[in-house]
Amino acid sequence: MLSVQNVEVIYPNGFTGLQQTSVRFDRGQFIVLLGTSGAGKSTLLRTLNGLVKPTRGDVAIDGQGSIFSSGSALRRHRQRTGMVFQQHHLIGRLTALENVLIGRLAAYSTIRTMAPLPRKDRILALEALDRVGLADRALHRADQLSGGQQQRVGIARAKAQEPELILADEPVASLDPETAVHVLGDLHRICREDGITAIVSLHQVDLARRFADRIIGLAQGRVVFEGAPAEFGTFALDTNYKASSPVLFEAAE
Amino acid sequence: MASKSFDGILADERRSALRGAGLVGSIICVCLFALWLTGFFDARRFIESGPAIQQLSSEMVPPDFGRWRTWLKPLLDTLAMSIAGTALAVVFSLPLALLAAPNTSPHRTVYFAVRTLLAFLRSVPEIILGVLFVAAVGFGALPGVLALALHSVGMVGKFYSEAIEHVDPKPLEAARAAGATQMQVIVHAVLPQVLPQLTDVTIYRWEYHFRASAVLGIVGAGGIGFELMAALRLLNYDQVSAILLSILACVVVVDSIGAYLRRTLK
Repeated sequence: MLSVQNVEVIYPNGFTGLQQTSVRFDRGQFIVLLGTSGAGKSTLLRTLNGLVKPTRGDVAIDGQGSIFSSGSALRRHRQRTGMVFQQHHLIGRLTALENVLIGRLAAYSTIRTMAPLPRKDRILALEALDRVGLADRALHRADQLSGGQQQRVGIARAKAQEPELILADEPVASLDPETAVHVLGDLHRICREDGITAIVSLHQVDLARRFADRIIGLAQGRVVFEGAPAEFGTFALDTNYKASSPVLFEAAE
Repeated sequence: MASKSFDGILADERRSALRGAGLVGSIICVCLFALWLTGFFDARRFIESGPAIQQLSSEMVPPDFGRWRTWLKPLLDTLAMSIAGTALAVVFSLPLALLAAPNTSPHRTVYFAVRTLLAFLRSVPEIILGVLFVAAVGFGALPGVLALALHSVGMVGKFYSEAIEHVDPKPLEAARAAGATQMQVIVHAVLPQVLPQLTDVTIYRWEYHFRASAVLGIVGAGGIGFELMAALRLLNYDQVSAILLSILACVVVVDSIGAYLRRTLK
């Protein structure tokens, strides 16, 4: 559904975030970008909705062309693309419901969103919260929720966009291992049930193997592995990403 | 070896302590010089002015509240001026603050231009603006309101823009990633974060406006200051003290309302 064509990202400070890379992402899959920090996962993920502009190359949607062709094309693409962030990116003093409604903004004109959104959008937001088990916390301030709950609100915000694609940038890196499995499980379940394509960056090999339909391994700003979890080497029990990163390098060779 | 490097650290510490002491010493010298330059150390003037001060104080006590009925309307005017001035200041400050905050400003040129404009507005004292507006639109509360508002835009706009500048950028990115327009990002991700600070600044400014509008009456810009000036001109010092006490009472009331609003709007 989405393809990255010869994309290269060099940041203004001269750091190469991504070397020339081409990848295709297929509809309906749960794809994990696996790699250590600094491997280029975030950069790749952020070029997929234009939060990072590629220095070279292009990101295109099947049948619709480049997402960068115009400002409105980019906004349309973003509207269809939910994003979940490592630090959940919520507004602490707003309620969970108000935070989820941020996901509904793009469905309306700027002028219309000056007034409260219609009831059907509020229902949609509540349904999204219910999907992550937080309907009863809808009117709690976001900063009063636990880390795992905050990330669930982040997932609900992405879900409320009614997206075709969800990008998740290290969605469970700030959570304890047990909560991480639950939260990632929620994300996986929702995407599966609603037929949403998911591209999720992770650094934990075990989580990747557990949830991914397809793994894309990254190291030093380039793709070093692409395939099914079963093909991903023989280090299934190695949960320490520091120990696994040399394997990623080996996979490249 | 180790003790030598410790000595080195202690020597560095002594040097930085000396530098600190030198700075404090220079600041004290500058302050003393400023006091001398303005005649504060001229003991003779204080001694000679003793009887005058005594005379004035005795004329101010007891305060004469005989004309209190005629002060009610001017006091109400002053209150209205402070509220109207605050409202106008907020309406103009908010858009200017968005242009003067680097994270919401559309362009660096706009950012610098608006920042300069705000600095200029707050550098002109409201009393001067009051004189100018009295000349332009005539006596009364209106020139006072305009003077308060214009000066305050410079101040409030700066405070607003600083609050906006320091918002957490992460929710902004989330809104942008969800396809929000720049305006939607500002309304739904920036403003909710800074609303408590903006409210705080606004209420503080209103309290200040009440005190400032009492002064503005002196240049003919309406309110209780006009009565104060009249009493001063007629050397009715017992009325002057009565008016000052009335203003004080109102300031206490306004400040309490402000404190209440700040508590409830938090």
